[in-house]
Amino acid sequence: MEILIQNIFNALQWGSFYALIALGYTLVYGVLLLINFAHGDVFMVGAYIAFFLTTFLLGQYGVIAPGTLTGATILMLAVPLTMILTSLVGVTLERIAYRPLRNKGAHRLYVVITALMCGLILENGNLALLGASRKKFPELLEKTIWTFGNISVTNLKVLVIFTAFVVFFLLQFVVTRTKTGMAMRAISYDKFAIPLMGIPINNIIVFTFVLGSGFAGLAGLLFAMSYPILEPYMGALIGWKAFIAAVVGGIGDIRGAFLGGFLLAFVEIGVVAVFPSTLRDLMAFSVLLIILWWKPTGLFGIAKTTKI
Amino acid sequence: MLLSVKNLHVKYGNIEALHGISFDVEEGEIVTLIGANGAGKSTTLHTITRLPPPDGPRVTQGDILFKGQSILHTPPHKIVSDLHITLAPEGRRIFGNLTVLENLTLATYARKDRDRIHGDLQRVFELFPRLEERSKQRSESLSGGEQQMLAVGRALMSGSRFLLLDEPSMGLAPLLMFEKFRTLKRLNEEGLSILLIEQNARIALKFAHRGYVLDTGEIVAQGTSEQLANDPDVKKAYLGG
Repeated sequence: MEILIQNIFNALQWGSFYALIALGYTLVYGVLLLINFAHGDVFMVGAYIAFFLTTFLLGQYGVIAPGTLTGATILMLAVPLTMILTSLVGVTLERIAYRPLRNKGAHRLYVVITALMCGLILENGNLALLGASRKKFPELLEKTIWTFGNISVTNLKVLVIFTAFVVFFLLQFVVTRTKTGMAMRAISYDKFAIPLMGIPINNIIVFTFVLGSGFAGLAGLLFAMSYPILEPYMGALIGWKAFIAAVVGGIGDIRGAFLGGFLLAFVEIGVVAVFPSTLRDLMAFSVLLIILWWKPTGLFGIAKTTKI
Repeated sequence: MLLSVKNLHVKYGNIEALHGISFDVEEGEIVTLIGANGAGKSTTLHTITRLPPPDGPRVTQGDILFKGQSILHTPPHKIVSDLHITLAPEGRRIFGNLTVLENLTLATYARKDRDRIHGDLQRVFELFPRLEERSKQRSESLSGGEQQMLAVGRALMSGSRFLLLDEPSMGLAPLLMFEKFRTLKRLNEEGLSILLIEQNARIALKFAHRGYVLDTGEIVAQGTSEQLANDPDVKKAYLGG
């Protein structure tokens, strides 16, 4: 029983990471019908930004005297700063890689290939800049273990899961209730009619990238706190998995990204609980394949009827 | 003068679609451009609002003045948000994945006079009660006629002072068509200026104050609606004798 509940917490934590990354794929797809394959690497860049921010604030570069700020204060500063800086990375990609192609009316396929290349550039740029040595993320929060009866859970795990749920409700509100959210949904339906509503279309697209990459940065920070070893390829596999989670959930739908993320995590942890862990990805993706076989548009997806 | 189009030459790719047309619209008028399919009517509207299709119209000569200022270099969204010129495009172009109410709300995105939005929504619902009944429905589930109402309602919600209409009669049964034109006439009497593009010259000349006849990118006739309706050439070519 305790093991089951422990596993549920682990799955919720991993699901939170997948979900936070998946929503970036789903937001950009929902607006531009573009699969932003650089997104997993934006998550990686977010983790590195968090690393440099926190080590700076801890006083490792001599600007701030060590011990000036408490770990909790540093975390409070690192969350918004990491999100802002990572969203700048996302917006820069949009600006220098995707927008020029869009303005020239390039087919979406070329933009997707460009996104793949941008991801590789981020990975290898990191490698060139910082070398192959791994970075050890500092410990910001003193690890607290809360025990309820036989179940124990760390404060960090609770923080990660709580954050994912807050982000979900926030985004769901933005997308369904605000005018900007309506514009985001409308663009995918008929982007040429958007300016006729007096809406500057590029502002909406930039905002979409701000949201997606900002939350990827947040995921990078939380992931680095949970698994404190950073390396340039850390975003690749988790990015692919989050993308698949978004597709299984129904790409373009926020609920789908979250459901898909948690579903993937539960299947993975479930497999590992019963079978040898080497079978994890094989069995997890087989399950997802069966789901797509049964519902090719994803759990929340709807078949597009008219597309221009 | 509200709108003044001067010697406008427009190209699509390498093909010149408009060969130097000139016309104008006064504040408070309904002006119509009539002409056959392919005469350049939609091109004219798209050039004014710069509805950007993938390979949009390009002005090679001439000018478009709005209240005396050239708008050739005004960004498309500012034509709506700052100049209050709105286009209800052909084929309606409503956002089918949004509800009726969301479509109407989205049109108010750039409005600065926020206190008037609620009143305008009531007005749209009063003009088109069907839209209120269906406000929570996905708009692609509306009938063609209802989608047309939504397209006009949406233009009004964006705070339009000057409405450009592309083939408002298209796809409507005669009864609905007359109802729609009566609504437009009513809006015009309340101060909305209208530039109307129609293949159905008969109904356009019935409701417009003045008109221009466009033929393969050139203006071939102009005058008050009565003058055009009684012009033997116009009668023969556009009014079925």
